[in-house]
Amino acid sequence: MASHDSSYVPGSAVEKWLDERLPVIRWSKTHLLDFPTPKNLNYWWTFGGILAVMLVVQIITGIILAMHYTPNVAMAFDSVEHIRRDVNGGRIIQAVHAVGASMFFFAVYVHIFRGLFFGSYKAPREILWILGVLIFVLMMATAFMGYVLPWGQMSFWAATVITNIFAAIPVVGTPVLELLRGGFAVDNATLNRFFSLHYLLPFVIAAVVVLHIWALHVPGNNNPTGVDVKSSRDTLPFHPYFTMKDLFAILVFMIPFAWFVFFAPDLLGHPDNYVMANSQVTPAHIVPEWYFLPFYAILRAIDFNILFIDSKLGGVIFFAGSILVLFFVPWLDTSKVRSGTFRPMFKWFYALFVVNFVLLAYLGASPADANVLGLSVADFSKVCTAYYFLYFFVVLPVLGRIETPKPLPASISESVLGQPAAAE
Amino acid sequence: MATETKAHEGAPDTGRRDFLYVAAGAVGAVGVAGAAWPLINQMNPDASVLALASIEFDLASIEEGQSVTIKWRGLPVFVRHRTGAEIDEAKAVPLTDLKDPESDEQRTKPGHEQWLIMIANCTHLGCVPVGESGDFDGWFCPCHGSHYDSAGRIRKGPAPKNLVLPPYTFISDTKVQIG
Ligand code: HEM
Ligand code: FES
Repeated sequence: MASHDSSYVPGSAVEKWLDERLPVIRWSKTHLLDFPTPKNLNYWWTFGGILAVMLVVQIITGIILAMHYTPNVAMAFDSVEHIRRDVNGGRIIQAVHAVGASMFFFAVYVHIFRGLFFGSYKAPREILWILGVLIFVLMMATAFMGYVLPWGQMSFWAATVITNIFAAIPVVGTPVLELLRGGFAVDNATLNRFFSLHYLLPFVIAAVVVLHIWALHVPGNNNPTGVDVKSSRDTLPFHPYFTMKDLFAILVFMIPFAWFVFFAPDLLGHPDNYVMANSQVTPAHIVPEWYFLPFYAILRAIDFNILFIDSKLGGVIFFAGSILVLFFVPWLDTSKVRSGTFRPMFKWFYALFVVNFVLLAYLGASPADANVLGLSVADFSKVCTAYYFLYFFVVLPVLGRIETPKPLPASISESVLGQPAAAE
Repeated sequence: MATETKAHEGAPDTGRRDFLYVAAGAVGAVGVAGAAWPLINQMNPDASVLALASIEFDLASIEEGQSVTIKWRGLPVFVRHRTGAEIDEAKAVPLTDLKDPESDEQRTKPGHEQWLIMIANCTHLGCVPVGESGDFDGWFCPCHGSHYDSAGRIRKGPAPKNLVLPPYTFISDTKVQIG
């Protein structure tokens, strides 16, 4: 897979015997220890490792929760309270899982925005990027179904609103909705299947992560200059140089994570989810979990009909489109220069894109009839939604044609050590 | 393909072989689809859910200006005893003002205009709107800000349709059967 040869020499007769039958040690040495890694990777590159750790954290705590949780509408809410109050250490394990979902999403957003700035989606890393977007979609499905399991008011109404999105599909919408719910409304059948799928999907994610890393190890890492690796002087072995850097970042990441778990496990949640689900009354202000807010704002922004497409279907098309567009970024961005550092115009549009995304999240959390900075939430959301799409469909294609990039360093080594003459 | 057959002199007729190959593939695909369908169909509403399809409800205890929410097929249903003012207001609206044009008569049963019976899920994404609020003296959906009037018709906001009327009949002056 990798372009360099294995340097593994079996140290004992047993290792030699194993190596001839199943070369796992050889494989691990090539891919986990010796893998040549650009020596200029900065801390934005540690989030991949952080994400891997978070997936393991969610799977371990999740399997434990499933030992005590009951997926039945009459008992689910109480069983989560039972975990928090009665199960030994359950208070912490449940909080790690609930806060862990937020930390996981924080890390994935950093990871995605890193890729968008440094052009990590450009050739030859398109498949790597597409697999990443697929993981993001699977994570959203997993977290959504997990959030339904405690069967509080927010759980129930999130399930109702999100499954209703499918009802917007012309012709087959209602049959699909009933198929997903297993009834006319969200009920016990829905809760049971969501539990089943919430257990399954993380393992599907783990499988796609394997493909993601495989696709990474064919071309190797991108790096902050975006310049290809030219010689072995540009790289260092993954271990110990990057295992240590990743480990340090993971430990730093654990500090806010632990703070939330120990001191504010409910800060990122919503008080209404401590009221048991009631299909007759919707809470006055329903909001999704913070990590869905930007996309939720886009869904809500379309409150007008577009030709023959009604407002509901329109909202759903923009909502789905805002995620699906990520799959096409490698072909929408026409610039040959990967790293934003060397793109003087791109930099500003990118910064505006980040601000716009945060604004969308803020708007998604605001009540539908409120005002923000003197504009109604409805109008403000329309402006931000417009920029979100313009960035992908106009800015990225056009900039590549009109922008003059700054001169690129001749190699990674040169960018780290200065001009060859000075480095001598 | 063609060059390959030449190499195998006296090989069986490739047209026939291709036919068998495609036919076997097609039968296999139908078989797989047939086996997959029950695995998907099990997710559809089951017999116990379908069994709750019809209910009877007594209106006698609901005063004018009052509403109740009842449950039908797991869905919340609004039953509102409308005031004269609400009925007049709904009738006065020209149909051209409506996103989903329906007259007040189409929303109620003749002779029982005071009763408005509707599935309580907002036609946008299914939240339950709040009664006696919004800009049109009807319902307001807090989720994404849809306003319904006193006949449950959509007037403002992202919802595309009026609140849905369940199938129902008056079996006496004060009793309805829903479903
Ligand atoms: C991709 C990884 C995962 C994510 C993002 C995730 C996310 C979530 C979220 C957001 C909740 C709701 C927590 C709350 O608000 O209280 C939840 C609950 C739950 N999850 Fe997961 N989860 C993951 C993996 C797993 C796995 C592998 C299992 C194993 C069965 C699992 C089992 C559960 C159980 C039993 C609950 C209900 C108890 C509770 O609400 O805390 N999860 N999950
Ligand atoms: S669900 Fe009522 S406005 Fe969206």
